[in-house]
Amino acid sequence: MEMAYLIETVIKIVVILLIFSALAGIGTYFERKVLAFMQRRLGPMNVGPFGLLQVAADGVKLFTKEDIVPTNVVARVFKIAPVITAATAFMAAAAIPFLPSFTLFGYEVHPIVADVNIGILYILGIMGVGLYGPLLAGMASANKFSLLSAARGAAVFISYEVITGLSILAPIMMVGSLSLIDFNAYQAGGITSWILWSQPVAFVLFWIAAFAETGRTPFHLIANDHEIIDGFGTEYSGMRWGLFFIGEYANMFFISFVISIIFLGGYGDGSFLGALGLLGKVAFFFFFFLWTRAAWPDVRPDQLMWLCWKVLMPIAVLNILITAIVMM
Amino acid sequence: MHIEHIDEHFNNRNVTEMNSDYYLVGIEDYPTDNWGRFKRVIKRSFRGELFVGLWVVMREMIRFDIHTVKYPEEKMPIGPRYRAIHQMKRLWESDAERCIGCGLCEKICISNCIRIETKLDASSRKEVSEYSINLGRCIFCGYCAEVCPELAITHGGEYENASDQREHFTMYQDMLTPLDMMRAGTQLEFEGFGSITPHEDERVKKTPLAY
Ligand code: SF4
Ligand code: SF4
Repeated sequence: MEMAYLIETVIKIVVILLIFSALAGIGTYFERKVLAFMQRRLGPMNVGPFGLLQVAADGVKLFTKEDIVPTNVVARVFKIAPVITAATAFMAAAAIPFLPSFTLFGYEVHPIVADVNIGILYILGIMGVGLYGPLLAGMASANKFSLLSAARGAAVFISYEVITGLSILAPIMMVGSLSLIDFNAYQAGGITSWILWSQPVAFVLFWIAAFAETGRTPFHLIANDHEIIDGFGTEYSGMRWGLFFIGEYANMFFISFVISIIFLGGYGDGSFLGALGLLGKVAFFFFFFLWTRAAWPDVRPDQLMWLCWKVLMPIAVLNILITAIVMM
Repeated sequence: MHIEHIDEHFNNRNVTEMNSDYYLVGIEDYPTDNWGRFKRVIKRSFRGELFVGLWVVMREMIRFDIHTVKYPEEKMPIGPRYRAIHQMKRLWESDAERCIGCGLCEKICISNCIRIETKLDASSRKEVSEYSINLGRCIFCGYCAEVCPELAITHGGEYENASDQREHFTMYQDMLTPLDMMRAGTQLEFEGFGSITPHEDERVKKTPLAY
């Protein structure tokens, strides 16, 4: 039994790693295509049918590029930083139930690596650790743009992490558990029982914080290309840079899963339709990340901090208070 | 009175009766007190401008009105007077090269990229023995074409001149109108001072030998 459990877990880990590494690549393809269509362009067209193999071409390019470690960088930290980003992104995935449990060859599979009873706390914590990737990379790079990006990363981090934690507190109070499976079970009664309807404010706040968390466009400050080049990634080349990239896109997928499960009912009652519904919701949130990138401008770092501390945090606290009073 | 009128006209020179679509954008004054600032925050937060932006890009995506020119397969038409790689013309009736070796183009070229060597040919007429344009340095200003008294050098429409060999940029033979094209009568001519007239061949004077 122990052995079987071990094997099952290892297989799950490998499958998640493979699927989401591939998804990260395909995510870049979709990002390019969607952005292109919104800007009346065609996007990648030449490699493979409709440019589909562009992902493979980029992968080959990243893998075969020379790995440059510039002089003056703190080499050990410089080398470990991208690994932190990618690893923490995937570690956070351990507590996410990707699909309802299903039976495969007479064996019941739970598509979650570890159903820890503090799932949300674990995910938020690990995603918080993910900040060390950009931070260390920026500080080790011996490049002032990278350093700026690291400073911004730290400043932005303490701002949005407060919102993430506070906004999610109200739903947690309602559900009374930190496990995402329990969240899903709480909302199993169909659309009307989604937490979105009882906690719309928390939903919007968490969604906004998710943009800051993944560093996507309205809050694309840490690697804002037109201000600080590629920020912490400026000095990186080849696969080390690719790890940052995979981390960023995997993060986008995982946070989409988290939002869908916490607020939008997850996979519902666990039927096949429910599973499809979860994937659809995740696809929508991922698409929304790309959509805003085409439509919205970036805010300044001070504006983000102003927004987080002076607007969103009071709203989040009020939301918790009101929830508590109503629950009493 | 009069000056006032001119003044007004000057300030509004884009806003005429004809195109009265122009209007001044209403810019509110910045709030000075905290209540005003608070109202501004509320207004900006709930005006929904962000959703207008979302709708605009979504509309473009649904409309799928793609403006991309798939360059190597499709090309944009270029203007007839586009200044790309030079062409050396031939005389219509004798197929001889039209350049008389006067050297004006070499002299005027501001990036010093034309080089000509001339010699006397068998009939003691001036002949161009060496003519090269270093297209790697040429800025395509068009002075050479403008100064040429014989309209022998003009600009063509060929703009794909990337190469990995600098020597490829200087081939006189590539610029010269090919003979078969000449015979087919498809050499492109331009109008204007010094342009070609019928029987030009007979009227070309020999360069005096006493230089
Ligand atoms: S186009 Fe201008 S730069 Fe080029 S060869 Fe003629 S005169 Fe020189
Ligand atoms: S100006 Fe015209 S005729 Fe004179 S050398 Fe140049 S190309 Fe030949």
